[in-house]
Amino acid sequence: MSLRGKYAIAGLGVTQMGRIYGRNSVDFAAEAVKLAIEDAGLKKEELDGLLVNSGVSPGLSLNLQNALGLHDLKLLNHMNAAGSTAGQMVQFASMAIDAGIVNVVACVYADAPLAPAKTSGEAFASRPLRPGMSGLFSTYGVFGPNTGYALACQRHMLKYGTTSRQLGAIAVAERAWAVMNPMAQMRTPITIEDHQNSRYVVQPLHLLDCCLVSNGGIAVVVMSAERARALRQPPVYILGMGQGHPGFSNRSGLNPETRTGAVIAKDAAFKMAGVTLADIDIREIYDCYTYTVLVTLEDYGFCEKGEGGAFVEDGKLSPDGSFPTNTGGGQLSSYYMWGMTPLSEAVIQARGQAGGRQVPKHGLVLVTGNGGILEYHSCLILGTHPS
Amino acid sequence: MAESEVPLPVPDERSKPFFEGAKRHELVLQKCKSCGAVLWPVKFRCDSCLNTELEWAKVSGKGKLYTFAIMHQVFHPGFADKVPYNIAVVELDEGLRVTTNVVGCSNSELRADMPLEVTFEDLSEKVTIPKFKPAE
Ligand SMILES: [Zn+2]
Repeated sequence: MSLRGKYAIAGLGVTQMGRIYGRNSVDFAAEAVKLAIEDAGLKKEELDGLLVNSGVSPGLSLNLQNALGLHDLKLLNHMNAAGSTAGQMVQFASMAIDAGIVNVVACVYADAPLAPAKTSGEAFASRPLRPGMSGLFSTYGVFGPNTGYALACQRHMLKYGTTSRQLGAIAVAERAWAVMNPMAQMRTPITIEDHQNSRYVVQPLHLLDCCLVSNGGIAVVVMSAERARALRQPPVYILGMGQGHPGFSNRSGLNPETRTGAVIAKDAAFKMAGVTLADIDIREIYDCYTYTVLVTLEDYGFCEKGEGGAFVEDGKLSPDGSFPTNTGGGQLSSYYMWGMTPLSEAVIQARGQAGGRQVPKHGLVLVTGNGGILEYHSCLILGTHPS
Repeated sequence: MAESEVPLPVPDERSKPFFEGAKRHELVLQKCKSCGAVLWPVKFRCDSCLNTELEWAKVSGKGKLYTFAIMHQVFHPGFADKVPYNIAVVELDEGLRVTTNVVGCSNSELRADMPLEVTFEDLSEKVTIPKFKPAE
């Protein structure tokens, strides 16, 4: 039997975000779980499952169980499929509950890569010299994920004529949403010109094409929808789910730079949810870079492959537009918590708790996760009603 | 090695034929004896047919530009006087894409599918690496 609507997100915990110092990722994770169970109106003792996803800073793993003083858990794992993990944790939690091995699962992500004297770029561009041929990457000057995404984005530009100004429309729209999000780190409006004038990090990516880096943590509680209905918050129903992992290949004929796992994940997710693309009210699309949003929208079929630039350039993703997307400001402008950024905003919107940025029609929300250089993808369809 | 220098690769036992080839100014890559796939960088096993019987073979060194990026931010002090420099992905005639730098033209002259050929840069007594330049 389908999982559609049987399980729900009953609690959401979001810590302070950004340049918050003096705490490690284990403590951010512990606080996020505490906030999520309080939000749901659950007691700590009612948790019997814990799924952990750590970012780039060391320390957070299965040890979170002890930091939270949780005993005799029935489900515990440290999961890692990069930015697709948050969506996957919700999926695996639902499946494990459905299998009858666990009842109430906290899924948490936390990271604390920022230190007072470290730039955001340095926090993610580690440079250990690898032996043998792999060391060549450093000799050529390849550093961090910026280079990989710039190469992918440039490929899209060369193949389809996508322009930097079109990517800028995504950055401008997300910032306009962030202006209305009290949790967002960047709340000053920007224009296309600001985007164009921002320095290049790795051309074609300007600074305003790139996500923030944040210290913080976010957790959600997954449990039976029926039990969730009796709790404090309106349940956010898990209606559809899917994954797609193209992996990376350097063989001719494959196009890992311009094709995401959305093309694989969407079929299972929409089939399970029993809805179509046109039914989706809000999109929370993983946005490590503006380009990731553009290529993901194409792969879901919101527009044809290669036409993402023309699709977004009229500003339809913005609060004034017809196509509400990344309504909290995303990782470009609100906070960078990997897949928890789109997931948390989806929960807030679906509950109708987004305040000034609330999208009036919020019954169905598409949430995507993405990791590696477009190598891993997760998809969730969430809703305000169980079917 | 000083912090302010470009990090040099350290050839190891497995990658020796590649670096020895580069020293002779030849592009030598692993090739699967079973299916003929050319591999890059060094593998234990062919990722196409999963066979472990691999040999080293000189390849054409010819290809075309698949995509590129221009590094503006300095992520390593060794590149402080090199920005903006390019990172290029070259699709070799053998059906494999490799990451490299294109030399011999300015960054603004880089074009999709431009024909390229391998060239070599002697970085030290011990280490020579392949790069690519516009084909003649
Ligand atoms: Zn083979």
